[in-house]
Amino acid sequence: MLKPHIRIQDLNVWYRDVQALQSVTAEIPTQGITAIIGPSGCGKTTLLRSLNRLLEESVGTRVTGQVWLDGVNIYCHNMDVTEVRTRVGMLAPKPYPLPMSIYENVAYGRRIHGLQRVLDKGNGRNLDKIVEHYLRMAGLWEEVKDRLWAPATRLSTGQQQRLCLARALAVEPEVLLCDEPTSALDPLSSQMIEGQLKTLKEQTTIVVVTHLLRQAHRLADHVLFLWMGELVESGPATKIFSNPRDERTRAYLAGDIG
Amino acid sequence: MHLAQAAAFRHKRQRSEGIAKRVTGLLTLAATLLVPLIAIALVFGAKSILVAKPLSELLFSETWQPLKGLFGFFPFIMGTLWVTALAMFISVPPSVLTAIYLAEYASPRIRALVKPFIDLLAGIPSVVYGIWGILIIVPFIGNYLAPIINGLFGYVRLFRNDNPTGYGLLAGGVVLAVMVFPIIIAVADEVISAVPQGLKEASLALGATRWQTIRLVVMRKAWPGVLAAVVLGLSRAFGETMAVLMVVGNVPCVPHSIFDAAYPLTALIANNYGEMMSIPLYKAALLAAALILLIIVLAFNVASRLVLIRLVRVD
Amino acid sequence: MKNYKAKVEEGFFKVLMIGSMVIVLSILLLILSTVIWKGLPALDFAMVTQTPKGGYYLGKEGGILNAILGSICLAGGATILAFVMSLPIAIYLHLFADRSRIVDLVRLALDVLWGVPSIVYGAFGFIILLWLGMRASLLGGIIALALLELPILTRGMDEAIAMVPGALKEASYALGSTRLETALKVMLRQAAPGLLTAILIAFGRGIGDAASVLFTAGYTDRLPVSLFRPVASLPLAVFFQLSTPVVAVQERAYASALILTLIILALSLISRRFAGRLTQHVVR
Repeated sequence: MLKPHIRIQDLNVWYRDVQALQSVTAEIPTQGITAIIGPSGCGKTTLLRSLNRLLEESVGTRVTGQVWLDGVNIYCHNMDVTEVRTRVGMLAPKPYPLPMSIYENVAYGRRIHGLQRVLDKGNGRNLDKIVEHYLRMAGLWEEVKDRLWAPATRLSTGQQQRLCLARALAVEPEVLLCDEPTSALDPLSSQMIEGQLKTLKEQTTIVVVTHLLRQAHRLADHVLFLWMGELVESGPATKIFSNPRDERTRAYLAGDIG
Repeated sequence: MHLAQAAAFRHKRQRSEGIAKRVTGLLTLAATLLVPLIAIALVFGAKSILVAKPLSELLFSETWQPLKGLFGFFPFIMGTLWVTALAMFISVPPSVLTAIYLAEYASPRIRALVKPFIDLLAGIPSVVYGIWGILIIVPFIGNYLAPIINGLFGYVRLFRNDNPTGYGLLAGGVVLAVMVFPIIIAVADEVISAVPQGLKEASLALGATRWQTIRLVVMRKAWPGVLAAVVLGLSRAFGETMAVLMVVGNVPCVPHSIFDAAYPLTALIANNYGEMMSIPLYKAALLAAALILLIIVLAFNVASRLVLIRLVRVD
Repeated sequence: MKNYKAKVEEGFFKVLMIGSMVIVLSILLLILSTVIWKGLPALDFAMVTQTPKGGYYLGKEGGILNAILGSICLAGGATILAFVMSLPIAIYLHLFADRSRIVDLVRLALDVLWGVPSIVYGAFGFIILLWLGMRASLLGGIIALALLELPILTRGMDEAIAMVPGALKEASYALGSTRLETALKVMLRQAAPGLLTAILIAFGRGIGDAASVLFTAGYTDRLPVSLFRPVASLPLAVFFQLSTPVVAVQERAYASALILTLIILALSLISRRFAGRLTQHVVR
């Protein structure tokens, strides 16, 4: 059994005076897809966003506890938050293409970490190859290869989400967090994204938040079930789906609640 | 009958609607026609000088001697352009930086504390700015800043100081810059804050620092609005009369250095109001100056409108 | 550290940004303290309650009540006049105008009017007065100031109404109300705090402007009693007193400036207090 990639220990999150997560302790195994499920408002997105410290960008949030990424606590005092986010990438529910061309969107991550395009001829060629590589990985290359320099906002929503996927992967994160990644997409695009995630799980640890139980069935290798801010149950997907221990899990999976 | 009453009432409501549409439309039309109306009135008032002197002389002659009947507006046009440009030079970087700070970095408490004070700055009357200029800025420039800069950079014409007092372009520029701060800050802050949170998070989630996100993403999205804020500030600086009149020196020469005294068009009109009735053509000359101001404002607005539209379309 | 350069850059700009903000705030403080420092010594009860007596401009008794009341009448009349035009224009732009071309043209005209220097309004007012055969008077000043305030007030109202959520407008239409009814009963209520702020800002600008009243309102030592006689104004009072060689009178200029500033500060506070009061009905 491989060591867990992420270990969450006694995580508590408050939004002003409201407690959103209570004493969550869980493990996210290396590689494969871990699904965080539960009824809406139970804290799934909060838990996800605490894994790349994006939570603190919202005003009034307070976090206590530890999140260990490969043995390093990302919440420790002198931890560089930009480095955390380089190792833990994210896909948001609504695609937000950056206000630049398709090429520049994918290259953005490299650029902010210092790799420029034109200066070094060798590097320049490398960047083109990098952009192509990740566009292929996201399944978007064929559709955009002739218009790499067109504004990214001209793409359809499904294409934009795949672009965001390519963009996130281009930073080469160890973990990819997906927050309801298909909620804004049509069924065909959703299928494509799910397909890409299944391919990616071989090399990257993927954590998906979803309120669609069927999607969780399709994708998950491992499941975390949240209810009202508490982690109720977690374990391998096959076990949780067929034989849940907790009554609340059983009720949610059966559709009686949530 | 109930139905008939309702129908009559509806009819009355439609009628008021029609009247309201016509009345508001008419008033809007009147307001729109104000600009050409003012232009026509000014042309009319300035007719005698426009007829008597060639346009090239009025616009490009440097000689201003009303008693001899010589009216060259060039020094005043230059004075207006110089002092406005200087004011924008001084005010734009700090204003935009402050706006970015307030929109992106400041905590809600600091924002709530600072914004009312900036609005306060916007409300201060121009004579008060003028007094502050005379009491603080002019002596500071005359006694400290000018000699120092002249000593260090005097070989550059722009920084040479031949002016023993502090009254001049720089004083005018500083006072105008301060008047313009709150306008640029308020509008730029609004525009930058309007950039969607999701977009900023998209950049941050990739490991960008907050400043990288601002420089590469937020400003890319917000720059037309920030430019509009700057244009607004520029209009205000350009049109200001009282504050600049009190500190700029009012000497009708074309300025060549930031320490030279200058004489903007607005100050020209205000200062000579008393004398204009006694000298022939003087009244028409001052109204011609007002006309020049109006034309510059009109041209500038139309041009910046076109530029903004063209640039936004490209993005 | 991969992001070292980025962090240094951010730190550098953070210093610049905070420095800029501190400078802006310090200057505000400096201006206010200068006005208080110079104005307070010469400020006494007589300044606010008396008109200039015989030798006032040589340093003898009197006050600037003529200018205080004059400014209030000028700005008050102008704001009312401007309001009567601005509100319909703002309503037209948001509710009645059907072609965006027209709206663009109107907005352009309003932008130009906003940018017109106040002295040009004064010159225009002067021409009108000559043409009508009138002399500088309270009415002339009111007209010139109203022209100045019109674009400011219209813009403020325009923005206040623009902030009303579109869904609210639609909800009103869905109930079968006409545009006029929607305007008066729903949108104005919702935009009330913003409208009030716009009015007070325009009033503040009117009370503080000298260039437009210079030609059109004249000056006098008497209290404002008639629309057709010249009237004093605070900014001009400051300016004229400052221009005399008599030191005692110059000090009175500072006191006058202090009075003017205090009025503006009071307006600011009132606007904040009442805008807060009006937001109780506002839909978030």
